[in-house]
Amino acid sequence: MKVPVSWLRDYVAIPESLSGRDVAELLVGVGFEVEGVETVGDVRGALVVGRVQSIEELTDFKKPIRFCQVEVGSSNGHVDTPGIRGIICGARNFAEGDLVIIALPGTTLPGDFTIGTRETYGRISDGMICSQRELGLGDDHDGIMILPAGSAAPGDDAFPILGLGDEVLDIAVTPDRGYALSIRGIAREVAIAQGIAFTDPADALPELPESNGTPVDVDSEDRAACDLIVLRTLENFNPAAPTPDFIKSRLAAVGVRSISFAVDVTNYVMFELGQPLHAFDADKITGKIRVRRAVAGEKLETLDHVVRELSTEDLLIADDSGALSLAGIMGGLTSEISETTTRVVIEAAHFDAVDSAKSSRRHKLSSEASRRFERGVDRMLPPVASARAAELLIQYGGATYVGLAGVETAPDLVHVSFDPEHPGRVAGRSYDVAATKATLVALGCHVDDAKSPWDVRVPTWRPDLSASIDLVEEVIRIDGYNNVPTRLPVAPKGAGYTAKQKLMRRSGLFLAGRGLAEVRNYPFMGQSEFDNLELASDATRRHALKLANPLSDEQPFMRTTLLPGLFAALTRNTSRGFNDAAIFEIASVSLPTPAQPATGITNPPRPSVNGRPSEGDIAQLEALLPAQPTYVAGVLASGAWSDAIELVVSLASELGVEVSVRAADVAPWHPGRCAQVVLGDRVIGTAGEIAPRVNENFGLPKRTVAFEVDLDALVLHANVTPSAPRIWTFPIAKEDIALVVAKNVAASDVLDTVRVAAGELLEDIRLFDVYEGAQVPEGHKSLAFALRFRAADRTLSAEEVASARQAGIEAAAAKFGASLR
Amino acid sequence: MSAPNKSFDPVEVTTLSPEALAGFVQEAIAAFAAASNLEELKEARLAHTGDRSSLALANREVGALPPAAKADAGKRIGQARGEVNQALESRTAELEAARDAALLIEESVDVTTVMPATRGGRHPLTTIQEQVADVFIALGYRVAEGPEIEAEWLNFDALNIAPNHPARTMQDTFFVGNEDSGVVLRTHTSPVQIRSMLTQEPPIYVICPGRVFRTDELDATHSPVFHQVEALVIDKGITMADLKGTLDHFASAMFGEGIVTRLRPSYFPFTEPSAEVDLQCFVCRGASIDNPEAACRTCRSEGWIEWGGCGMVNPKVLIACGIDPEEFTGFAFGMGLERTLMFRHGITDMRDMVEGDVRFTRAFGLGV
Ligand SMILES: [Zn+2]
Repeated sequence: MKVPVSWLRDYVAIPESLSGRDVAELLVGVGFEVEGVETVGDVRGALVVGRVQSIEELTDFKKPIRFCQVEVGSSNGHVDTPGIRGIICGARNFAEGDLVIIALPGTTLPGDFTIGTRETYGRISDGMICSQRELGLGDDHDGIMILPAGSAAPGDDAFPILGLGDEVLDIAVTPDRGYALSIRGIAREVAIAQGIAFTDPADALPELPESNGTPVDVDSEDRAACDLIVLRTLENFNPAAPTPDFIKSRLAAVGVRSISFAVDVTNYVMFELGQPLHAFDADKITGKIRVRRAVAGEKLETLDHVVRELSTEDLLIADDSGALSLAGIMGGLTSEISETTTRVVIEAAHFDAVDSAKSSRRHKLSSEASRRFERGVDRMLPPVASARAAELLIQYGGATYVGLAGVETAPDLVHVSFDPEHPGRVAGRSYDVAATKATLVALGCHVDDAKSPWDVRVPTWRPDLSASIDLVEEVIRIDGYNNVPTRLPVAPKGAGYTAKQKLMRRSGLFLAGRGLAEVRNYPFMGQSEFDNLELASDATRRHALKLANPLSDEQPFMRTTLLPGLFAALTRNTSRGFNDAAIFEIASVSLPTPAQPATGITNPPRPSVNGRPSEGDIAQLEALLPAQPTYVAGVLASGAWSDAIELVVSLASELGVEVSVRAADVAPWHPGRCAQVVLGDRVIGTAGEIAPRVNENFGLPKRTVAFEVDLDALVLHANVTPSAPRIWTFPIAKEDIALVVAKNVAASDVLDTVRVAAGELLEDIRLFDVYEGAQVPEGHKSLAFALRFRAADRTLSAEEVASARQAGIEAAAAKFGASLR
Repeated sequence: MSAPNKSFDPVEVTTLSPEALAGFVQEAIAAFAAASNLEELKEARLAHTGDRSSLALANREVGALPPAAKADAGKRIGQARGEVNQALESRTAELEAARDAALLIEESVDVTTVMPATRGGRHPLTTIQEQVADVFIALGYRVAEGPEIEAEWLNFDALNIAPNHPARTMQDTFFVGNEDSGVVLRTHTSPVQIRSMLTQEPPIYVICPGRVFRTDELDATHSPVFHQVEALVIDKGITMADLKGTLDHFASAMFGEGIVTRLRPSYFPFTEPSAEVDLQCFVCRGASIDNPEAACRTCRSEGWIEWGGCGMVNPKVLIACGIDPEEFTGFAFGMGLERTLMFRHGITDMRDMVEGDVRFTRAFGLGV
């Protein structure tokens, strides 16, 4: 909301010593965000009011030119002609006797254009008669500016008359403070902040002439949505009447274009008081005006030339012929004020905030009016604001008053019980009771402090004040948040992080320690990514939730796997020259059940907020949500298939979980280089080399390797308090064996068999080499294991070791046909 | 070399004379000193202490002396041998030290050839969440977590965000399935606060870091997916003073001892009173205000940096969670973590945090 300081001064006596910045500081102090302070116009030097004394028409030139003698006051005249200046002017929209704006020689206008005394068209021109555009006050270049007769005297300083040099505050208004979308509302806050008097422009109803005739009649068929509507009818309006300059310049300052006098008046009063108004051409109204809901199939072409299909929930201003305007949002074209309008109806109404918000949203149409109605408009304003508009139309537009029609449901005035100690209890300090009362009164409250607790009637322009805590906020706000003390509360003894939180952190540290860089990708994915992963058409990972309004139509799904995001990040890295990039992510995926459709249900439970929802309600809410387990996944651009598996197994080991791996064929992995990670009897992840086709689909480097594991499952089984091993110190006996087995035998199975058969003397067994080639038969491989034997209580004899070793070899021979190489 | 004995009188045995023995000793010492390495020293040792050495031969002649002279001569030879051995030992030590030193010099390397291993790293958005959590764990708080795909009721209704609130539209909020599905991508971590209040009796002291979503386009300063941390305290007698004290403590812990916050009135449906939180500039501490000589880029010479929002928990929120607002009061605050990282670490483009370039993550190592 843009707020000219000069306009504020109409209602609050801001000391002359305060600059716009000072006023901004006052408002910041009571909680407004002032985004900037700007100065109107870039004029330096002298601008004075002049009266055109005589006009000499010069006709010897291509276009008609006027040489004017202008009265400029005794101190501003030419040395040879005291009080008078001769000025050349090309405009023709003025007459002798008009009051105009004169830039004296030496004055610099916007665009760094300095006026001088010069000879032109055979005359000496001794200044300039200015148009609005030349002064930087608007786009109006129909001619020079003419001030209303009698509004100033020749020689008067024109700066204050034009609002030049006025400072304009740009204030961000939070959605709870609709009243602050008006000069009236901001002026009140300035007065409170500075502790000075405020004159409420809405206090007195402007005096209008006696009614004379039959005004357009009105009714509200929906008193909940519109509990008050007022129509004021005027006639004999001069549609050519120009908008007075003070209105034009103020509208320009608040950022509104001048349209026509009647429309400008409705805007002017809206900014002044905060009440949106609408002006109709009374001659285009058929019968009586009614506030009603739209009927099915009804349409309305609004002022922005959009034909809108109306919903039966839309509130309309209509007449006997149909819809005239979308109530509180935007007028319709058919009843618009035109250049021939002589009978005007000013509509002022009070519309329900929620209704207005819904309609505005339904039609994606936000207007100055809808912004105000959504935030709540003072219920008492319509009669005052409409009268103010009528007054201006009469005064500056030649209109005569016909009369008023209106309907009203008596308002409920809001009373709040208020304990004056309450602000102190909230802030952690005490507030002076008298000052608290003064604050509430200054805000517009009626305070009955004879009662205990106080009975506070809140002002009609503050629908945001409905409970004691709301008044508490006002008291603390006006006193200043800086005056609230500080104290560090003492929490009960804490238990620190949960085991799960610690293990999640440890998982990230482990992978980063192994050289992988963590990334955090967006959780969105698209159909093409499911396809590029080469997932089977019925793969469960394709069952993903779909966003109603995705960021991009390419990626409307919530990810069921972390891999596509990692693939995209990896290709970004490799394309930037990091051919050895290794990255990982720890994040949740969403796995809807078959009963949770991708497109969602449409009638979810909505428990009341007037108390704790029941356990059943909470369970119903939870049932709406998919499972969202945390996964860990990694992708390595230059690793071996075994690296991906090893990272998973080592991570599990770091978390104290023993997992096993087994060959598998799972997309998007290479069917011959893919391992499933098994915990107990549950598959919790996959690791290995990515299939060549998938690498191609995603633009990944050849032989990219990857893993993805359900980290929640790992963490659930983590052994957070491992038992200490016994450290036996008797000598170790080391034996290496190489076993030749068929190629399709899993090394891990051979290892397990040897381990079991070698018995408890076997302290450790590791696979240290796999060989295929000339030294072993075709279709076979040699597995080399390092065995370490040790006993708890003695040095092992050569016979004991040999027999344990032999037991292992024989078991492998019996189970897998292994032969010792 | 001694000549064959002419007499058994010791004084006549020239090799045993003190002068001769002194000569042998001098010869030996000179020979040891002349040895320039351990090999040469070995030769000198054999020559001067071996069986054929002058001293050994002289010693042999002692036996031929009359008993009266034996003791005297034996003592002198012993002394001479002692001197020689001492000289040998010290020269051996010298030459061994020289050999070792030479060897170490020979084995010297260029220590500047070592390059750091390509290191991994953790994303600063992960580690700043941990850093924040550490601060509050130390105060006795609990870290609370909740789902990113969340029930609309928990994300909005329970937080006193009315059904017609502009945030509850597809303009601002991602809806799962359809706009009436009751399921959204959480727009803040506040539903975690609601979950805490629904599952735990007061007193409640929790910190909720996490990923949240709003329908902004990605640019240098916005991301549709971003991270927040929120704190919630519900206890008896909690005031705005407690809120301010906690914020100041948090600011100091994150930005340096003595850094404070200030509050500016604002509006949030879930708090009343509500405020914006400004952080005192931790770079200039306000010294740049009205001081063009000491302009500050971090705070644009305003002395304060917009940091987050806060307030006293609205009684309506407590009621929706079944907590009696007459008995308990509370505060909540929240900050954007991307923004915090940006001004604290000089990150100039939001996209750096999103793209997953390994250079970005690696720069932050294992933690911030
Ligand atoms: Zn600074």
